[in-house]
Amino acid sequence: MSNYSYIALIPLLPLASFILLGLWGRKYFKTSAGIIGTASLLASTLLSLYAAYSYFFVDGKINGAYGKVEVLKYTWLQFSPGLSIDMGFLLDPISIMMIVVVSFVSLMVHLFSIGYMKGEERFATYYSFLGLFTFSMLGLVLSTNIFQIYIFWELVGVSSYLLIGFYYDRPSAVAAAKKAFIVTRFADFGFLIGILILGFYGGTLDFGTLLQRLTSIQSSEFISITRASFLGVSMLTWGLLLVFMGGAGKSALFPLHIWLPDAMEGPTPVSALIHAATMVVAGVYLVARLFPLFAMDDAALQVVAYAGILSALLAAIIACTQTDIKRVLAYSTMSQIGFMMFALGVSGYGESKGLGYTASMFHLFTHAFFKSLLFLCAGSIIHLVHSNDMKNMGGLRKLMPVTHFGFLIACLAISGIPPFAGFFSKEGILMATYESNKFIFFIALFTSALTAFYMFRLYFSIFWNKEASTEKTHHGEGSLSMKVPLIILTACSILAGFVPFSKLITTDGIPLEEHMNLLFSIAPVGLALLAILLAANLYKKANTRPQKLSQSLGTLYIAAKRKFYIDEVYLFITQKVVFNLIGRPAAWIDRNIIDGSVNLLATVTGKTSQGIKGLQSGSVQNYALYFFSGIAALAVIFIYLWK
Amino acid sequence: MNLSLLIIVPFLTAIAILFSKEAKTTRIISLLGAVVQLALALFLLTAYLQERSAGNTAPMLFEYNYVWFAPLHINYHVGVDGISIAMILLTAFVVLAGILVSWKIDKWNREYFFLLLFLSMGAYGFFISLDLFTLFFFLEVAVIPKFLLIGIWGSGKKEYSAMKLALMLMGGSALVFVGLAGIFFNTNTFDILQIAQLHIPVATQKFFFPFAFIGFGVFTALFPFHTWVPDGHSSAPTAASMFLAGISMKLGGYGCLRVATYLMPDAAHAYSGVIIALATIAIIYGAFATMMQKDLKYINAYSSVSHCGFVLLGIGMLTKTSINGAVLQMVSHGLMTALFFAAIGMIYGRTHTRMVAQLGGLLKVTPFISTVFVIAGLCSLGLPGLSGFVAEMTVFMGSWQNPDNLYRLATILACASIVVTAVYILRATGKTIMGPINQTYLRLNDATWNEKLAAGVLITGIVIIGIAPFLINGLIAGGTETIMKQIGKTIISK
Repeated sequence: MSNYSYIALIPLLPLASFILLGLWGRKYFKTSAGIIGTASLLASTLLSLYAAYSYFFVDGKINGAYGKVEVLKYTWLQFSPGLSIDMGFLLDPISIMMIVVVSFVSLMVHLFSIGYMKGEERFATYYSFLGLFTFSMLGLVLSTNIFQIYIFWELVGVSSYLLIGFYYDRPSAVAAAKKAFIVTRFADFGFLIGILILGFYGGTLDFGTLLQRLTSIQSSEFISITRASFLGVSMLTWGLLLVFMGGAGKSALFPLHIWLPDAMEGPTPVSALIHAATMVVAGVYLVARLFPLFAMDDAALQVVAYAGILSALLAAIIACTQTDIKRVLAYSTMSQIGFMMFALGVSGYGESKGLGYTASMFHLFTHAFFKSLLFLCAGSIIHLVHSNDMKNMGGLRKLMPVTHFGFLIACLAISGIPPFAGFFSKEGILMATYESNKFIFFIALFTSALTAFYMFRLYFSIFWNKEASTEKTHHGEGSLSMKVPLIILTACSILAGFVPFSKLITTDGIPLEEHMNLLFSIAPVGLALLAILLAANLYKKANTRPQKLSQSLGTLYIAAKRKFYIDEVYLFITQKVVFNLIGRPAAWIDRNIIDGSVNLLATVTGKTSQGIKGLQSGSVQNYALYFFSGIAALAVIFIYLWK
Repeated sequence: MNLSLLIIVPFLTAIAILFSKEAKTTRIISLLGAVVQLALALFLLTAYLQERSAGNTAPMLFEYNYVWFAPLHINYHVGVDGISIAMILLTAFVVLAGILVSWKIDKWNREYFFLLLFLSMGAYGFFISLDLFTLFFFLEVAVIPKFLLIGIWGSGKKEYSAMKLALMLMGGSALVFVGLAGIFFNTNTFDILQIAQLHIPVATQKFFFPFAFIGFGVFTALFPFHTWVPDGHSSAPTAASMFLAGISMKLGGYGCLRVATYLMPDAAHAYSGVIIALATIAIIYGAFATMMQKDLKYINAYSSVSHCGFVLLGIGMLTKTSINGAVLQMVSHGLMTALFFAAIGMIYGRTHTRMVAQLGGLLKVTPFISTVFVIAGLCSLGLPGLSGFVAEMTVFMGSWQNPDNLYRLATILACASIVVTAVYILRATGKTIMGPINQTYLRLNDATWNEKLAAGVLITGIVIIGIAPFLINGLIAGGTETIMKQIGKTIISK
């Protein structure tokens, strides 16, 4: 096995860019920040690709299975003899796949932003934040230790906060950033407890040792974690579900998804990077990282599967009713992550039982390309139209041919039309689901048709429908730096599906033969085509049919448009319950009761001393009087009360 | 190294100030004094590490014992272990930053700097004392200047706050004194190391432990004796707030550990449930109370109540990791809260308000100060890479090792505070630093050199601990070991 120490440079280069631009960018790199950031990412991407090449095709296999390589491990914080946070880099098929995806998409976003953010006052700050995010995300996927992943998990969260709130003078951006951070923080609270549970019973925080101990049925650790239970549920299930809660928060699964649509307040390239391709799939990655452990516990896997499918379905329904193009894309992201999640949930461990796992990772991979492409296209469109609302768009296909072509390919890919990238991964998911859970399969099939419908609703509303107003024609698609990433990502969205995934990424590392069943594909592809035709019928030309349809759906439509009132429920809980019933009383009690009693004590002391200070009057007669009355009192006590 | 230098240097600096005529010389002398303190602290650290790596395993290093008053067995006995060195370093950092932010004090500046240095002398003396009487003596030395600092240079209802703070801390000291007297009359010595060798009867321990623990607890905002914290901090001038939260509150935590827990371990076991309950209440209740505050200083003061709860929680859990975490939290909170108060002071000095509702969008006009504020906030909410995360996680990890279900519940509640902390920090940041700018503040100046330096000193400490916790963790763990041996004895004897 060759030396993989250079892996360290992959996250450290973006970190260097963050430090350099963060400290001195404002002064010295006001215009060159874009070049510096992009150059560092280019180097990272090339290193990732090289690492992927040498791992997958040269020396990653040991006895026919892809193994794990740990490099540069260092004890960062020793809690107790067994428990420590070790910082290191873990290479295995999924982490290699992730560093390629993260660095590549980040590179595209860096490049795109040179044109998109041009003239922005805090240009250098923007690039330094992008560097921080990329560093954290790469650190996250390379983690060797469950606590290390938590550390980078939080760092990813804060970079997302900083980037969503980048336009800090807009109250809506500040509110969205805050919401995103707090909702994910709430989920991380679960994650943290999960880590504490798994760490306590496993006696280690290291992924390798933890998985090894807790997946061997004879080990004392496994016996103790499955025997111990709380409320009738074993500690293993608790631990896994709490860790999954963290993943659900980051990956915007229902009902912790409420931050994702609002997060679209950030600059659009940021949405492409963080809220479409990389950070939001961290939850899927986390489950995949602990997958051998999840596979030991049916209850936890069931929860993963149902949370995934519910999220996929609800988000798809909501997406059909939204008119802000970024929000539609956000809901579509949420829905696609739901696909990845339930694919993991229906998967088993080992050989062909692990097809769901492979398909999930495959979908994560292809989704990163076409979804970031969609967002970058949306960025180009917003750059031109200066609006997020699809009602202000229409007929843009002639004005922006590159964007139009890219958007179309991405829509076809996400709808699962062959031979584009999404087709292969989605077929994999559906097939794996069909074999293990029919109920989820049928919902998934329906959701997949809905996906095609809302994506083409978006496509037709933007590029067809009414004619574009002519005054917008003066500037086209933006500079070369904005077009090149679109072209590259379009190529990826066409080709990514041909990567032989089942040969590279499987649950146990042993390559599998692919089984494409063309007969099976007829139903999903046929449904998707029907959905596209329906969308074309409704939205290709301006007409009143969409309104009629929405009116005939009545309550369902309104509920979906209002996002099933989940935001309102949260608002009620936070504002009415937490603030009014806990916060306010706590503050009030502190000022009035606890502090009040301190002040009361002071007042009483003061009053008492006021009262008794007359005793020390300095006049001998008074003293004599007190003296003799004291004697008299004592005499009485001694004579009558003493026994 | 001669530990008494840590007392002599601030003392001499304070005396030198009394003879300086001009404000400028006063400042320069104080600054030099603070720099020498920091140099001494760093030198002490290296000397200590050298001794340890040379194989010296004595519990305390650099001991010096001098009979002060033989009839009562009072000695001037000093010595340090890893924990005291961590606290000394913290003090040196905070003192330097505090002197730097006070650069522009013009009212009675000689007296002001004199008191700051006097206070630092008390703190150093406290942290190196191995004799209960000298320890108590230095505790009192550190209390008195605060009354004057708030009463004279404070703002708002300063007389009330100064009086309240002094009375509550004096009350705490009185309780401490009863506790110490109890120990003395049962062992006939004030020497901490000797007492640790003896065994105080369990019933006596149980009787005197609450006095000592609550007494020191008042200093470190033990619920429900924390109400001096918000008023005291909000009326204090910036440097006094920094000293108060960064140093004084740590005297209490250190006392709870070194005196109460170390000398009366059986009682610490007996009362650990109560301590944990009070600490958990402080953590959660403090966090919720913070959420409702409107004044930046109140926000930081209440959040200190919550954060100091982690110190007490770590001590109450009585595992090695949790006590390590408690000490880490003391250092981390000291640096972080001093930085926070410094940032608030800088904002207040320019806008003349600390009300969140009146501020807004400061990032546009004062990017440096705003960044400092955000860093302090992120440290407070436990962002990895800054010291708060390391300390909190060590406390959580240590607490969880205690397998009792109720203790676990307390740990979970304490963990829940990370969410509430995020809420109040981001609210405050969102309204003061971000958002649309208040038009009256368009012409503010950003930080001056001394303010930048002060923030730089504290941020350096925070970031070093945050990025390389292994540097300080080993240091502290050495000290915790001694305390754990003592606690371990009781588990065996049970």
